[in-house]
Amino acid sequence: MNASASNAAIAVENIVKRYGDFEAVKEVTFEVGDGEIFGLLGPNGAGKSTLIRMMTTLIPVSSGKAIVAGHDVSREPDAVRRVIGVIPQALTSDIDLTVEENLSIYAKLYEVPKAERKRNIDELLEAVDLTKWRGAQTKTLSGGMRRRLEIARGLVHNPRIFFLDEPTTGLDPVSRVAVWEMLDHLRKSHHLTMLITTHYMEEADNLCDRIAIVDHGKLVALDTPMALKASVLGTNVVEAQFTHESDEWPARLKQLAGVTAVESHGSAMYKLLTADGSLTTTQLVEMAVSRGEVIKSLSVQTTTLDDVFVHYTGRQLRDEQVKAVGFMMPPRPGMQP
Amino acid sequence: MTRMMAIVEREMRKFFRSPALMMVSMALPLVQLIILGNAFGGKIRGARMGVVDYDRESQSLKIHEAFDSIAVNIRTFTTVPYSDEQQAREDVRTGKIDGAVIIPAQYSRRVLAGDSPAIGLVVDNSDQTMSSSLEAEMQSLVDALNAPVIQQRVVQSIALEIVELYPYVEYMKYLLSGSVALAMYVAVMIGGGMLYIDDKARGVHEGYLVTPITRLELVLGLNLAGTIKAVLSGVCLTVIGSLMAGLGVIFHPESALLLLLLILSTSIAFNGMMFLMMVRVEDPLIPRAIFGVLNTLLFFPSGAISPVTGFPPWLKAIAVIDPFTYAVHGFKAVLLKDGGLTAIRTDLIFLFGFGIATLLVATPLFKRTL
Repeated sequence: MNASASNAAIAVENIVKRYGDFEAVKEVTFEVGDGEIFGLLGPNGAGKSTLIRMMTTLIPVSSGKAIVAGHDVSREPDAVRRVIGVIPQALTSDIDLTVEENLSIYAKLYEVPKAERKRNIDELLEAVDLTKWRGAQTKTLSGGMRRRLEIARGLVHNPRIFFLDEPTTGLDPVSRVAVWEMLDHLRKSHHLTMLITTHYMEEADNLCDRIAIVDHGKLVALDTPMALKASVLGTNVVEAQFTHESDEWPARLKQLAGVTAVESHGSAMYKLLTADGSLTTTQLVEMAVSRGEVIKSLSVQTTTLDDVFVHYTGRQLRDEQVKAVGFMMPPRPGMQP
Repeated sequence: MTRMMAIVEREMRKFFRSPALMMVSMALPLVQLIILGNAFGGKIRGARMGVVDYDRESQSLKIHEAFDSIAVNIRTFTTVPYSDEQQAREDVRTGKIDGAVIIPAQYSRRVLAGDSPAIGLVVDNSDQTMSSSLEAEMQSLVDALNAPVIQQRVVQSIALEIVELYPYVEYMKYLLSGSVALAMYVAVMIGGGMLYIDDKARGVHEGYLVTPITRLELVLGLNLAGTIKAVLSGVCLTVIGSLMAGLGVIFHPESALLLLLLILSTSIAFNGMMFLMMVRVEDPLIPRAIFGVLNTLLFFPSGAISPVTGFPPWLKAIAVIDPFTYAVHGFKAVLLKDGGLTAIRTDLIFLFGFGIATLLVATPLFKRTL
């Protein structure tokens, strides 16, 4: 879904955030369409949270403009706050309060009328599967349940636009998938526009209609997950290892249908970038059989957002995560590659 | 209003879910009241006084009789007989006895001859409380011995007649005012200062800031909640402390109302002060680090432990701007003197004014963004 100026729920134009001489966000421009799930993808420190904090009025904009639901975040912050729901990165529900009390306090902060407050809380608890925990103190909930509570808390005043800053960070894979399903369901049932920051490729791929890749404060790519993957040269990767090495292999492999590049990795192992993985694989097997060559191993991978990220930023997203926490992990001889 | 009350509701629910927090905020003042109230201000009892009698005649016998009278009545000290002055001095030095009286040889003869005899008193003046008490007791004894047997019909010496307005005030009662103020200070420090910064660090305030709540609603909500916590703490300590100290003033409706006014004004003043100090603080360690310093800086110059009039000028200057001073003065006026509204009017005006002024300064400093 592409946003157009007329129906854009969020319109960000040349937005900049400066801290002294340091530019955390550098002239970023994008639009998010009504009802769209829009992902901001990037490593830690890329500027995702800064962007979301400017759009949610938490930090002032240095220059540029952000319009949320038709309201300028710098000029009409209160109007913006009334129509948005925000889930911050940290779990900020009160652990001493019950699930219902947490929702009730936030409904009051948004001045939701009493009758509507009760109805909203009941519906949301049902939607996030916490009805039977409504009287439980938040400190007794698991991480996944607390995250679901926070999602319900952000929706207690029926916002039009929902901002989620890394909503699944710290969750186990099962809880993560549960949160994705819940968000997708809520988007449809509440007709929400969602803006999600994440550094999980899989999350962005599964959940988002469009993805903006942010790196060093800049927006380096923006499109649907499919289009982003298609934009990368060689949409599939075929890895093949033969029993015998031959000087002819690179030239022969390059002649296979769809192949755009061949890389040798030694020990008769080759990596082929191809626009048509299945056809290339079929031809590769036929060629090996006709030459009496045995294929030791063969794998076909479709292009992932990891590849897209590498393509646009020149490095692995996962490497960046490791670097970000690297100071906590002293090197151990047994763990060295 | 709904939004402000939502903040108050959240704070109070958290407060009542943490009874340990309430206990902690009252523990320090209560312990202080019990320990300091009993440790200081009491009269010396059961000291050991060595007596070296080189006379052993009729007039020294009078002194022994007076000592026996002290031992069974006022019980300031009991006597330990010594035959050697050097040994008695050594025992005072080493702390085996608290003082020694030396009755010289020929004492009785010189008394009867009107030859101004002297009785020696050896005290350990490194302990001012003990030595002053023994000196005072011995001075009374000597005055009594000097009094003529037959009183003059017209007394020519000048006498001082002391009129005490109130019954004897034990130190625990004197200390109670400071303890009540301290309980409110601790409640504000923990409930208002530390938890406020902890919430900031945990991102709870980030949650508030994305809602349409205004800066004023947020500030008033946080301060109203803090004031309620401090009032609860103040009321609890006033009641418990008054019962422990044996003060029945809390059962008089007018005095109880004045106490409530003082507790309310003190809570507002302390909250405003704490909020102003913490409004831009982000690090949760800071309120913990300054807790002791602030306690010393505000509590001790207030007159809670000893009168402000005895302070050097620079300490008096601190006392003048210290809300503790006015709180302690007000509580003393009601708890110990039944002074009425007139006695605490200045205190109430200062405390309410201080609280409002600090809030007025703090509100614009409160950041509506991160």
